[in-house]
Amino acid sequence: MALLELRGVGKDFGAIRALSDVDLTIEPGEAVGLMGDNGAGKSTLVKIIAGNFAPTHGSIAFDGQPVHFTRPVDARNVGIEVVYQDLALADNLTAAANVFLGRELRRRIGPFRFLDHRAMNRRASELFAELKSETRASDVVRAMSGGQRQAVAIARTRLSDAKLVLMDEPTAAISVRQVAEVLDLIRRLKDHGVAVILISHRMPDVFSVCDRVVVLRRGRKVADKPVAASSPEEVTALITGAKEAA
Amino acid sequence: MMASETSPAPAGTIETADFANVGRAAWWQRGFFASQTAYVAVALAAIVVVMAVLSPAFLSPGNVANVAKNFSFIGIVTLGMTLVIVTGGIDLSVGSVMALSAIACAMAMQALAGTGLASVPFATMALAILAGLGVALLIGLANGLLVARVGLSPFVTTLGMLSIARGLAYAVTEGRGQTPSGPDIDAFYAFTDGTILGVPMAVIYLLGLAAILGIVLHHTAFGRHVFALGGNEKAAALTGVAVERVKVCVYVLCSLSAGFAGILMTGWLGSAPANLATGYELTIIAAAVIGGANLAGGVGGPAGAVIGALLIEVIRNGLVLAGINAYWQIVLVGMIIILAVLVDRLRSGRTA
Repeated sequence: MALLELRGVGKDFGAIRALSDVDLTIEPGEAVGLMGDNGAGKSTLVKIIAGNFAPTHGSIAFDGQPVHFTRPVDARNVGIEVVYQDLALADNLTAAANVFLGRELRRRIGPFRFLDHRAMNRRASELFAELKSETRASDVVRAMSGGQRQAVAIARTRLSDAKLVLMDEPTAAISVRQVAEVLDLIRRLKDHGVAVILISHRMPDVFSVCDRVVVLRRGRKVADKPVAASSPEEVTALITGAKEAA
Repeated sequence: MMASETSPAPAGTIETADFANVGRAAWWQRGFFASQTAYVAVALAAIVVVMAVLSPAFLSPGNVANVAKNFSFIGIVTLGMTLVIVTGGIDLSVGSVMALSAIACAMAMQALAGTGLASVPFATMALAILAGLGVALLIGLANGLLVARVGLSPFVTTLGMLSIARGLAYAVTEGRGQTPSGPDIDAFYAFTDGTILGVPMAVIYLLGLAAILGIVLHHTAFGRHVFALGGNEKAAALTGVAVERVKVCVYVLCSLSAGFAGILMTGWLGSAPANLATGYELTIIAAAVIGGANLAGGVGGPAGAVIGALLIEVIRNGLVLAGINAYWQIVLVGMIIILAVLVDRLRSGRTA
């Protein structure tokens, strides 16, 4: 059974049709590269899946159940997590504090509930170990490399045991060495049976970690095929419109 | 560290050498020792030593008690201000709130003295204090809702509130100072201006509130969210932090701290004049900043608030004892604010 199933999904902003008639199926543990030029509808599609806004047309099913997200928390509750482009980390807090931000572990002492620092640090350390990242739970994020920041953001999705992780340009602003680190993190998520939708402009990233590539152009899906059956040249042609569809 | 280039790690593992360049900082470059609060505390200790040597009167019991009481009023509000500053906000209305709360408390006590409640022990005092704190709560709520929900700038909102509250303080009293009175007046003075084992009540409240704030900031989810707001408000919202609620809370708490300090000052002065605490907001913000709170948000704490407030008072007191014109203290406080921030910038170098 498919994890995520979009049927005829479209989105209008007033008179503008940002997305039309998109069918998309994601299987558990599958990594799908979502590609397209600026304005092709990638972020609209991702925001619909993440619950930032509801589609104007079409239906969405998650785990076989029809879902109607109106807020990001709706999507999060069923197991969809987003790793934002700017990573949404608080620089002044530790890695563990960021992983647990908004869902802190607390223990009750009398009538009060206090943060359980030890449990949060331990759990965060476990998550970093699981991701094979050397990020230290008690280090402040400000001093971290781009790759370590990604590890923190990704550990956050592991914390909630997400089934689908949406990653928006995770390799856009980091060094070449850190890109390899982030791609490793994505493979690690797949190893744990987590499905990943990777939005990226970088052809090598998509072709090295994704099972499938989906191309959007002017709000329509123009290709959806295994990366093994495609090539960076073909995808480039699809993105620019040099090739109509595949 | 380029180790990974000379000796490639086995495929499929993350090369640990990649992390060698982000090793731990030396102990004096991290944690409390690396904070502005720590070296301002050192500066404070040095100043105290110098003054004790220069002026025998400085460490006399009378002067110490005087300094302790004076700085406590400012210090209590600095705690609340620090909370707001950590979220990246500012509250300019605290001086006016001190006056309006003090006046509300004194007027409520006068009014209740003639009612049936006068025969209930401590009832008029308790209700009068609640009236004062209630006024502060309403102003804090207005500030918080305008900033958090309507999205107005904290600077402009609380600047407006500074004027509104001060205007109200003059309007309701017609400019006349209000004297607390009634059956509980002795209890009121004991509560606000008394001592326990020789320690002024204001000092006890300050230290108690500072301890509570420390626990709240570092050991509760609310405190964590206060820091998160100052660090990255958008991130906090995206991860499900109740941003609006936290913001409203910090403005309410800041206002309450101002109201409480205003009530304590009423007990100290024996009156609540409409010009009470005029201009205190700047001293309070200065104390918070000297103590290490960062106006950009995300950094600050109760120890810094207490140390910053104490430093300002010690210097003011020292200048008085040295017989230097009191106007120079204003100049000096300004210089210390800039110096404290400057030293922090120089010390932390590129990471500032």
